[in-house]
Amino acid sequence: MVVTQPGDLHEEHEHEHVHLPQHRHHFETEEQQREAASFGMWLFLLTEIMFFGGLFMAYLLYRNWYNPAFVAASHTLSIKLGALNTAILITSGFCMAMAVWAAETRKRKALVNFLGLTNFFGIAFLVVKYFEYAEKWHDSHIPGLKFSIADFGKLGVDMAQKTQVYYSLYFAMTGMHALHMIIGIVLIFWYMVRANRGEFTEGYVAPIENFGLYWHFVDIVWIFLFPLLYLIDLGAK
Amino acid sequence: MSTIVSLPDQSTAALPKRNYLNAEHGLLSWLLTGDHKRIAMLYLISITGFFFLGGAFAGLVRLELLTPAGDLLAADTYNKMFTMHGIVMIFLFLVPSVPATLGNFLIPIMIGAKDLAFPKINLLSWYLYLVGGTFTLTALVLGGVDTGWTFTTPLSTHYLNTHVITTGLAIFVAGFSSIFTGLNFIVTIHRMRAPGMTWFRMPLFVWSNYAASILMVLGTPVLAIAIVLVVLERTVGLGVFDPSKGGDPLLFQHLFWFYSHPAVYIMILPGMGVISEVIANFSRKRVFGYTAVAFSSVAIAVFGFFVWAHHMFIMGVSNYSALVFSLLTMLVAVPSAIKIFNWSATLYKGSITFETPMLYAFGFIGLFTIGGLTGVFLGSLGMDIHLTETYFIVAHFHFVMVGGMLMAFLAGIHFWWPKMTGRMYPESLSKLAAVTTFIGFILTFFPQFILGYLGMPRRYHAYPADYQVLNVLSTAGATVLGVGYLLPILYLAWSLKYGEIAGSNPWQATGLEWQLQSPPVTENFTEIPYVDYEAYDFEWLAHKQKQEVTTVG
Ligand code: HEM
Ligand SMILES: [Cu+2]
Repeated sequence: MVVTQPGDLHEEHEHEHVHLPQHRHHFETEEQQREAASFGMWLFLLTEIMFFGGLFMAYLLYRNWYNPAFVAASHTLSIKLGALNTAILITSGFCMAMAVWAAETRKRKALVNFLGLTNFFGIAFLVVKYFEYAEKWHDSHIPGLKFSIADFGKLGVDMAQKTQVYYSLYFAMTGMHALHMIIGIVLIFWYMVRANRGEFTEGYVAPIENFGLYWHFVDIVWIFLFPLLYLIDLGAK
Repeated sequence: MSTIVSLPDQSTAALPKRNYLNAEHGLLSWLLTGDHKRIAMLYLISITGFFFLGGAFAGLVRLELLTPAGDLLAADTYNKMFTMHGIVMIFLFLVPSVPATLGNFLIPIMIGAKDLAFPKINLLSWYLYLVGGTFTLTALVLGGVDTGWTFTTPLSTHYLNTHVITTGLAIFVAGFSSIFTGLNFIVTIHRMRAPGMTWFRMPLFVWSNYAASILMVLGTPVLAIAIVLVVLERTVGLGVFDPSKGGDPLLFQHLFWFYSHPAVYIMILPGMGVISEVIANFSRKRVFGYTAVAFSSVAIAVFGFFVWAHHMFIMGVSNYSALVFSLLTMLVAVPSAIKIFNWSATLYKGSITFETPMLYAFGFIGLFTIGGLTGVFLGSLGMDIHLTETYFIVAHFHFVMVGGMLMAFLAGIHFWWPKMTGRMYPESLSKLAAVTTFIGFILTFFPQFILGYLGMPRRYHAYPADYQVLNVLSTAGATVLGVGYLLPILYLAWSLKYGEIAGSNPWQATGLEWQLQSPPVTENFTEIPYVDYEAYDFEWLAHKQKQEVTTVG
């Protein structure tokens, strides 16, 4: 058992070894710092899973109850636009992976460029999303603000009303997802500025790695949303 | 790493020249601090403020209930008062209380780390807490909310035109404060332990906060999304909970209680950790069945997630699932009982002394046991249907949370006050306060069990005259209780300036925190300690004290 009593503050900072400026002195080693950061990120993603989990649970429940309404409503979505967005997002995920690689291999230029590409596809995704939302507005499929069941006459009034739950969930889920994208995009701009200064290509890659995890998480959520919302009855016929 | 330094001199008549409190000066140095100990103090101040605010609401509610007629407050004002009381107490006091103050201060020190893993996120948590608090106050100033703290739909989404959105935001933001605290603790406990500090050498306080952190991290996001959906229903009219659009209001309850039942354990687990520390120390024994107590915390966390539906017995959950949830609810009592038994076994043949923290700890055990046992009543189906929404419930949860958690909080504050400030509090006054709190508590809430059993419903501002005697008793008790809570504020503040210098280890306690000077320096340890002894090893301590001179090994 060894406990040393505090000496002088300034002495404490004189470590024997030279370390990166980003190394925070409450960590014993840089390795420890990196592990802590990555562990923290995984935990954060776990909270995100629980966050989206509430929505997924609502989805499963209502889809069971109102299957015909869900199927009919899902037909009003454009599978083409959804598929396009899936492709766009996967591409941006690939660019992000490359950005992490660039940071790890200390290629500053490449890092900035890949971050830029990631962002480009991220924004493209939102643009497509915008057109989809606009179409829903035009068709009066927005519960609360502008909704008519005219398109679902075949279901009978009762079941047709239930399409509102579908759209409520559609907007809640894709909206939450889009919000995560927007936050990510803002962060990427910030990382680009810093990457340009050479911050992440000197061996201090934790922020880029962790942000990469975040971005992939957002991708994966979409990979679940796409079949659940767009492809409900593909193969049922 | 082999110099052993003897315990610091106890007789020094002045505070250490350099400590975390005076390391830097000025308000900004506090508002921008990354030091977990300073952040703990910031929390302590703000949480205390909100506690007394919530207490003021309770006072008004109790005053209204002094007479059978609803004469002091109009019905809707009354509703707003108990809603604000509940919201402030739950989200701004109980949930953060022990973790954010004592946990923040102690966890890094107890495991031999210089700080929490993410100091900036820790500071951010505090700001989020303040923003949440500010939103709550804003809602209050704008006219208040009257949904009850449970925001039950469709009441909250359709029928009440009060400030549900502002309050919802408040809870959302405060929720993130709690998520980040939990996340920070988990990472710190996993990654920052000093060499030799194995999982089973950790103080039980660390274990219990670890378990509570798991609940915060997994449960709070579900509450967050439920609240987002409520806000979306109110603002743009999405219909996830709205029957007219095919939604189901019961879904809200499932989401809400999925968080809020475990939240009970978020509130109580850290308190149990405090009790373990205090009991071990003032009976000078290692906690009996240390491993069982450690695991019971984790067990409570896990079971805590499987019992939420007992809040919906009367709302049309199927009989079959009601039965399952009823059994599961009983199950969660087991790990709590393990703790109680093990504490008793620790006390058995211990050399017990009744210092103030110990008095509060005994209060905890007594009141929490009563609260817990009545919970088992409620968990059984038939009783629940008779007693639900009566004052029996009110008494039950006040016994558990106020009798339990608040006693633990006060026990902890007194126990570690010398460490946090370097000074002792006045002995006899503090004992007087502990006794006053206990008596006031019993007087306030015991009559409510009877009231509930007799059938007095909760959440009404008027009641039949038959119930008056018991209500007067309860209000009188609340007054005594209020005095019991005010006393510590006064003498603790007094002690900041005039208290006796505590020295590094006034209780002769084990644990790394007592090896440091009081108050500690900013980075806690200049050299990370090597830990080669079990928690609560009082023999080691006695041995060390004999060895005045340092040895080299
Ligand atoms: C000073 C002592 C206190 C008194 C006299 C008191 C009194 C009351 C009363 C009369 C109610 C309303 C019951 C009803 O009509 O349903 C109530 C509700 C409540 N109290 Fe307290 N209380 C006290 C302290 C606390 C504390 C310290 C907490 C938590 C830390 C707390 C948490 C709650 C909660 C969560 C509710 C439910 C609010 C709701 O129904 O929305 N109380 N309290
Ligand atoms: Cu419960």
